[in-house]
Amino acid sequence: MAGHSRSEGRSAAALVMKLRALIALALLAVTFSLLSPEFLTASNLSILVKHVAINAILAIGMTFVILSGGIDLSVGSIAGLCGVVAGGLLSRGLELQAFGVVIYFHTWLVVAIALAVGMAVGALNGWLVARLGVAPFIATLGSLYVARGAALLTTGGATFPNLAGSAALGNRGFAMLGAAGVLGLPVPVWVMALLAVAAIFLAAYTPFGRQVYAVGGNERAALLAGVRVGRVKLFVYVISGFCSALVGLIIAAQLGAAHPATGQTFELNAIAAVVLGGTSLMGGRGTIAGTLVGAFVIGVLADGLVLLGVSEFWQMVVKGLVIVLAVVLDQFQRRSS
Amino acid sequence: MNAPSVTPTVLEARQIVKVFDGTVALAGVDFRLDRGRVHALIGENGAGKSTLLKVLAGIEQPTEGQLLVDGHVVPFASVRDAAARGIAMIHQELQLFPDLTVRENLFVGRERRTRWGTVAWAAQENAARRTLERLGHASISPRARVGSLSLGQQQIVEIARALVHDVRVLLMDEPTSALTSAEVPVLFQVIRDLTRHGVSIVYISHRLEELLAIADEVTVLRDGRVVGTAPAAEVDVPWIVHRMTGGATRQKPVEAPAAAGAVVLDVRGLTLPAKPGRTALDAVSFDVRRGELVGLYGLMGAGRTELIESVMGVHPDWTGHVVLDGTELRGSDVGRRVEAGLAMVPEDRQAAGLVQTLSVCENITLSSLGQLSRHGYLSPRAESRAARPLAEGLRVKTPSLDAPVTALSGGNQQKVVLARGVMSRPKVLLVDEPTRGVDVGAKGEIVDALRRLAAEGMGIVFATADLAEVQAAATRVLVMARGRLTADLPVSEATADALASAASSTPPDDGGPHGRP
Repeated sequence: MAGHSRSEGRSAAALVMKLRALIALALLAVTFSLLSPEFLTASNLSILVKHVAINAILAIGMTFVILSGGIDLSVGSIAGLCGVVAGGLLSRGLELQAFGVVIYFHTWLVVAIALAVGMAVGALNGWLVARLGVAPFIATLGSLYVARGAALLTTGGATFPNLAGSAALGNRGFAMLGAAGVLGLPVPVWVMALLAVAAIFLAAYTPFGRQVYAVGGNERAALLAGVRVGRVKLFVYVISGFCSALVGLIIAAQLGAAHPATGQTFELNAIAAVVLGGTSLMGGRGTIAGTLVGAFVIGVLADGLVLLGVSEFWQMVVKGLVIVLAVVLDQFQRRSS
Repeated sequence: MNAPSVTPTVLEARQIVKVFDGTVALAGVDFRLDRGRVHALIGENGAGKSTLLKVLAGIEQPTEGQLLVDGHVVPFASVRDAAARGIAMIHQELQLFPDLTVRENLFVGRERRTRWGTVAWAAQENAARRTLERLGHASISPRARVGSLSLGQQQIVEIARALVHDVRVLLMDEPTSALTSAEVPVLFQVIRDLTRHGVSIVYISHRLEELLAIADEVTVLRDGRVVGTAPAAEVDVPWIVHRMTGGATRQKPVEAPAAAGAVVLDVRGLTLPAKPGRTALDAVSFDVRRGELVGLYGLMGAGRTELIESVMGVHPDWTGHVVLDGTELRGSDVGRRVEAGLAMVPEDRQAAGLVQTLSVCENITLSSLGQLSRHGYLSPRAESRAARPLAEGLRVKTPSLDAPVTALSGGNQQKVVLARGVMSRPKVLLVDEPTRGVDVGAKGEIVDALRRLAAEGMGIVFATADLAEVQAAATRVLVMARGRLTADLPVSEATADALASAASSTPPDDGGPHGRP
């Protein structure tokens, strides 16, 4: 029965290969908890998941874009822009000079406006890509600068402090977005969890999700099969813009202040999480669950290395190596299968 | 170079066998090419012409058999080996670099160098200019970007690319498919000039009259075997067609053609302007009735694919009228046409048919996701329940419906793409070369499936360059040549001669759609 056990060995190896990101995550967690007594403390884990949540939310939106064969470099800038839009509306209101009035919106309306701004910038990205045929890298690189510039212009480069609002204006409660929530888990973590469930459903159990995979897998075949390729592309960038806006709101709420530089280089972390999660940058292949695992690997790695006192410079080296190693394994698996 | 009379045979192939993944493409082919002669290779699609040419060019290595140059056995392990012996090939699909200039294209991979190791631009430019002059196209600047040239000019560049190096044997695979009728005589002049200088030419074309005008010798291939070789002066078109198709036209299935129903697709004056890489369509009009299996026959470059794509709304610049079941279709939104009841199975399976990253099941359901989902929920079980009968009906051989579609053979992949079209329950199904690159068994199954669908009342248009297939399967045959419809025949009148002559006819009034101002 040598052949039998060999084939069993092979399938076990294939399973390990398939779940390698998850296994790597478990190994990292075990290693860090052995090396550092602080790792498994409630306070550390709470910080850890809050950090992970921010990256994971961006990465979920990014996954849709990458699955469709695109890339979104503007997520960090959109987060920054939406944060200051919300911050400005909360702390200074909307001044209508023609009428000489300043309007303060209810907190939830502010949140909705900020989300709408994020989706609008995403729609602009999608329009550039889908209708004008601009390469996604270029279109979203442009938005990266424009949205960041717009954020800086909104505040004049300064920070909007004190977003607590006032009861008189009816706009209190913004800080809730960054605070602890049900079951002691921070609200951002709940947001991440709900978003992840919705994204998994959207990607795996709806016509739209399937069409995203099809467009990324073979755009021309999708087009000839009747898939509205342009519409699909537009929507993935809108989704990414929505996720970016969520992150901008969460960070502003956590800090109680909106800073226009918020989110710089976040796009790279988000892309790294997607790639670590096994999604192909060529499009058409990947999962939301993989992206979540990828975001946790990055988060655990960063957190653990900090606890171990590894210098920030070495952390960057390690992160880079892990990303490249993950992709090399990916290639290896694809070639062997 | 001396005494050509002693060894007139420059290149000889002996008992060449070539097997691809178990499919025999060449089954013991003998072929001789004499110095200064033009030898035409003729056969239907899949007869093995292009494979033989690729073996001669060193692109494919024969499974068995020998190649002799000047009477000596030589191994052709690569294109470089063949090139070193002066053998060059001009490909059917242009293999140029559109963003490089003409002179860069001519010398790619074989740049001339100065003694400093840099590219000898001046020498390359002079050689390029001389070669283009020789080809009668001095107007093409060596510094022009190839992508900015017309398709015909690009074809000349492709030929120049072979000639700029010293060649003794030139292998030409459908060199005129992209040329206008005005440009063909220029090419023929070049060929005659080359043969006078001792260059030998192997020439593949589907245009039989054209072949007889230029060839000295003719070899006909069928199913990977040589079925006839003769001096061109001694043969005519019927002789060639007879051998190409294997004698009498294949027997028709006995079943009576189902009574055709009402007109379901009506195309009037469909016109598509010329663009690089595609054939212009000139006011094409036809209709399709329910239950009809209409064969769309034409040679390479006749415009079959362009016609199907235009009906499907792929090209935004089409004009004319397309009426599906009484509703005029406007604009160019493929998605809307699929909803209206059109479906298409594209010619190039890999580039335009399959989504390689999806499973068999997901490929089949791709055009029908809207109908399969309930309130936006697409259940995997509903999907496989819907896809299974189609996969079984078309006899898709797959380990499971969840297998990656890339794990299937070409014929089964083709059936998957066909199943996708069928699943969307179209009123009219447009199928482009459904049996290209498909093994014989799957070919039969695909044609049977099309017949069955037509019998169930679907209108089907299937484009093909395979004479026997169109005769065997169609209930009516449309023939295209150079972007126009040149015949509309009931199958009883669609003899091989009638189809071949309609397919190679040139519009009498001008040089075809390309040639007009």
